[in-house]
Amino acid sequence: METTPQFFRHGPGPLARLLFFALLSCMLMAEDTRFKYFPELRPAIAVIIYPLQRLSHLPAQMHDQMKLFFASFHPSQENDLLRQRYLADREQLLRLHALEAENKQLRNLLGAVKQIETKTAAKAVMAEILYTPRDPFSHKSTLNKGQQHNIQAGQIVVDDKGVIGQITRVYPWVSEVTLITDKDHSIPIQVIRNSLRSVISGSGKNNELELRYLAINTDIQENDLLVTSGVGGVYPPGIPVATVLSIDRNPEAMFAHIISTPIAGVDRNRQVLILSLLSPLPNNPAETSEIEPKNN
Amino acid sequence: MKKNFRSDKHLGQDILVTAKGWYVFLSFIIALTLNLLPLQGNALVIRPDFVALTLLFWCVNQPQRVGMSIAFCVGLMMDVGNASILGQHALAYCVILYFALIFRRRLGIFSLVQQAPQIGLILLIMQILLVLIALLSDSSFPGWHYFLASVTGICLWVPISYLLSLPLKPRSDPSGYETNR
Repeated sequence: METTPQFFRHGPGPLARLLFFALLSCMLMAEDTRFKYFPELRPAIAVIIYPLQRLSHLPAQMHDQMKLFFASFHPSQENDLLRQRYLADREQLLRLHALEAENKQLRNLLGAVKQIETKTAAKAVMAEILYTPRDPFSHKSTLNKGQQHNIQAGQIVVDDKGVIGQITRVYPWVSEVTLITDKDHSIPIQVIRNSLRSVISGSGKNNELELRYLAINTDIQENDLLVTSGVGGVYPPGIPVATVLSIDRNPEAMFAHIISTPIAGVDRNRQVLILSLLSPLPNNPAETSEIEPKNN
Repeated sequence: MKKNFRSDKHLGQDILVTAKGWYVFLSFIIALTLNLLPLQGNALVIRPDFVALTLLFWCVNQPQRVGMSIAFCVGLMMDVGNASILGQHALAYCVILYFALIFRRRLGIFSLVQQAPQIGLILLIMQILLVLIALLSDSSFPGWHYFLASVTGICLWVPISYLLSLPLKPRSDPSGYETNR
């Protein structure tokens, strides 16, 4: 009597079930990395786990509230400090305006092409890092702003010191930022000292970036400051990215092995700023003329 | 009655009341929340996988409550939360569930403290699997400290399984419940 319902309740054996689910997850992995047939799947699951993410963010929020509460005991001190910093920043800003005017004048004198005007000042959004992943392979963080806050994929995330990364996936209430330390992430940069342009890539390790494909005799030194060059139109120019940590010029290798550390607290900060998108570049006419006849 | 309860403890899980569905659900919610805590630095390195531990607890003590479909769904949630390849954790959780199902009867003989190293072995298998998947998708080896999470998992197995089994301890006469199985 007992055995028949048991059989129905248990269904196939554990090995069969394991094989079924292993096959299913392998198919999902292939789908996720290569084919991307169901892009809606990920946002759907993201909506399900959103309340859990908020819940796990509560302790950090409470900590912030407590800090705010204790800070409210000395408002005048903080006010003084902020005013001091404001004045200092103001002075720098004034100097920057003067420099900009001078730069423009010099360019006019040289007859140089006018710089393409970029609309970076439009709207920047403050965000908080909700979650940093546990496994060290995925250098991505989740921010607490998403489609509801008009976040778009491709926007740049910075902190008070430099670049943190770029938004790659947007969900209804959260978004995913690929950190600059990610293996598949590259930024066009420029060395401040001699305006040497190159591309810096993440190395897949914490706090490490690589300058690949620079010849051994390239003029680069330790502690050189690398800033975004603005080439490509995704990153606005002049934001600090990294400092060169070590250079290994092995004469047997083709390229120098250059390691640098990011300036921004890529895996430390909680408050970040999402910059607005730069104006899109004009389409390449050669490409469009090639596509059009195909459509007709 | 107390004596009877004590002697049964080493014989395994039969004295536990069958868990209600909402309790299993709640345990997974809490485990997922703990997994999603925004930790940084060293805390991130030694954080054990609470979801895996909860899965193993239910599998060892009441295998009828969690199937592989639940492990798969929870794994997908971890993947989205982690922003890793979709299906990576799902596969890992299904595999550890399978191993736990195989070792279940053996594990039942041991006390909680003796179970811990064997659970650690299963956790290690899971981490090796995760590393292999990541290596196949062109990531670099994260370093040996990655496996510290298994060690903290071993340390936390006893308190976690004790806490999870607390509400399942029969309050009244335990002999009235399924002793003649």
